[in-house]
Amino acid sequence: MTDSKQKAWKISPVMPGQIRIYIRRTLIYILMTLLALFFLFPIVFMLVSSLKDNDGQLMADMGSIYAFIPYGHISLQNYINVFHLVPFSLYMFNSVFIVVCIVSSGLIVNSLIAYALARMQFAGRDILLVCIVGLIVVPFEAIAIPLLLVVNQLPWIDGSTTWLDSYHVQILPFIADTFSIYLFYQFFIGISKDFEEAALVDGAGRVRMYWQVFVPLARRPVVSVAILQCITHIGDFLWPVLVTRGDTYRPLMVGLQVFFGEAPIRWGPIMAFASMVTIPMLVVFLLFQRWFLRSVASSGIKG
Amino acid sequence: MSVKEYDEIHVIKKTAVVKGFRWRHKEQITAWFFTTPALVLLLLFLVLPFLVAVYFSFTNQRLLPGPLPVKFVGLSNYVQLLQDNVFQRALLNNFVFALVVVPVQTSLALTLALLVNQNIPGTKIFRTIYFSPVMTTLVVIAIVWSFLYNPGQGLINAFLYTISFGRLGPYQWLASPLLALPALMLLSIWQGVGYQMVIYLAGLQGISETLYEAAHIDGAGAWKCFFNVTLPQLRNTTIFVVVTTTILAFKLYTQVAVMTQGGPEDATMTMVFYTVTQGFNILQLGYASAISVIFFLIILVISILLRFVIREERAI
Repeated sequence: MTDSKQKAWKISPVMPGQIRIYIRRTLIYILMTLLALFFLFPIVFMLVSSLKDNDGQLMADMGSIYAFIPYGHISLQNYINVFHLVPFSLYMFNSVFIVVCIVSSGLIVNSLIAYALARMQFAGRDILLVCIVGLIVVPFEAIAIPLLLVVNQLPWIDGSTTWLDSYHVQILPFIADTFSIYLFYQFFIGISKDFEEAALVDGAGRVRMYWQVFVPLARRPVVSVAILQCITHIGDFLWPVLVTRGDTYRPLMVGLQVFFGEAPIRWGPIMAFASMVTIPMLVVFLLFQRWFLRSVASSGIKG
Repeated sequence: MSVKEYDEIHVIKKTAVVKGFRWRHKEQITAWFFTTPALVLLLLFLVLPFLVAVYFSFTNQRLLPGPLPVKFVGLSNYVQLLQDNVFQRALLNNFVFALVVVPVQTSLALTLALLVNQNIPGTKIFRTIYFSPVMTTLVVIAIVWSFLYNPGQGLINAFLYTISFGRLGPYQWLASPLLALPALMLLSIWQGVGYQMVIYLAGLQGISETLYEAAHIDGAGAWKCFFNVTLPQLRNTTIFVVVTTTILAFKLYTQVAVMTQGGPEDATMTMVFYTVTQGFNILQLGYASAISVIFFLIILVISILLRFVIREERAI
């Protein structure tokens, strides 16, 4: 008797609590799912629409739930059409080439100066550091137009008197990046002296020390800077609009915008173009998610 | 710093006694050899254009050489700007955009971060989903959303119509002077909030567990914990998120260029878009430079406020 009473006393306050937790958790999942739908619906809409090769069906479906259901005329025809209508492969090559050049040379140039600022003694170092950190606030948008004038009048090694409409005009201005320098600097300044001393005893010079000791240690900032620069520059739009004229050096984003602006608007192929830009980026993100999130988080530690 | 410097010099002396002065001289040269590439690029592509912008803002420079000689016009570009209705509208739009987007995006980012930071199964999948818009570029997003905002058959009108049982809509969205800017705000928040969520997530994970334990011992509930532990601990993260979102709001360009071209009736005109129209399309480089300088000053003030607020925090 007393035993069962005790049991009842023990259980009864617990049960409502568990139910409350259960209800709370369900509500949280519902909220998270609704938010997930909000963030996914344009992407799903884009992917599904890109598969519908009948523009009539595409237009009829787009105002209803059918916009998210691949049915009816489903094929990759829109994707094939993109290659017929625009030089998609060229745009893709241009974008990848430009971003790879910016990121790879940026990693070397920015980590070199950051290494010197963090680990070496030289006249003017402190002033240089203050200037570089100060320059982080200059937004590219504020200098885009005057920069256009500067590159318009620069000579290039092939004898041309302007940089407009070329690869290098889309690469060189973005290699040195004050924020990347800052990220590298913060990392290098925190590395223990022991590594340097060991290298010095071995008779290593500064170049070897940088290349064989510091660069291998700096895997984390290297990945962070590379990912952040990739995200930024694959989406670059303002600058390529200003400096490219024809298709030859045009990157994906400008190509897409030009295609979008041409009459008649072909929704199917436009969605296919947008999907072909987005799918690779999403796949790379899903594969290396941990690195992506870590890089973004590291861009927040500032000030 | 000074102890470190002493250490470094000490090490150098110890290991290179004989080389002495020559070593240090070589160190100087190596250091400048390391810094030169970045320095040249920064000077040519950042400092020089910036100085050029400041100089041009006092001249009547044009992008292509015109019939009129370039001459110094003093403050006349700035005076003209003050009286320019389109510029005033652009400035207003940027401020309105920031005033709405910054609080909404920041609080939504914090909400998302709190949701996916819970210790329950499945949060990683939701985190991935919330971040995925960041991986779509702005041009792609602007085009997809133009489709969604389509006044005739667009999904957003259909959705509003359905959930209001036919009372709302159809709206013109991008063609309406009243709704075009809010339409851009919505898609900008949609695209950008995942990034801020990750930054908040890092902030949340940096809060020591003992603070929560102490709060629990004091009998604080979930809400009290949030307002007395979480929010104060996230102070610097919040400042960072607010400042970066504000700066992004003032940089607003791509969405406008793809979706509205500043229209209708300048309802979505922004400072950067106006700079490009003036400098690139109308070739008024002096005038565009003056807008750029003002734009830069606004960003500078925001950034200085950030430093100021954070310093204050450290002093306490």
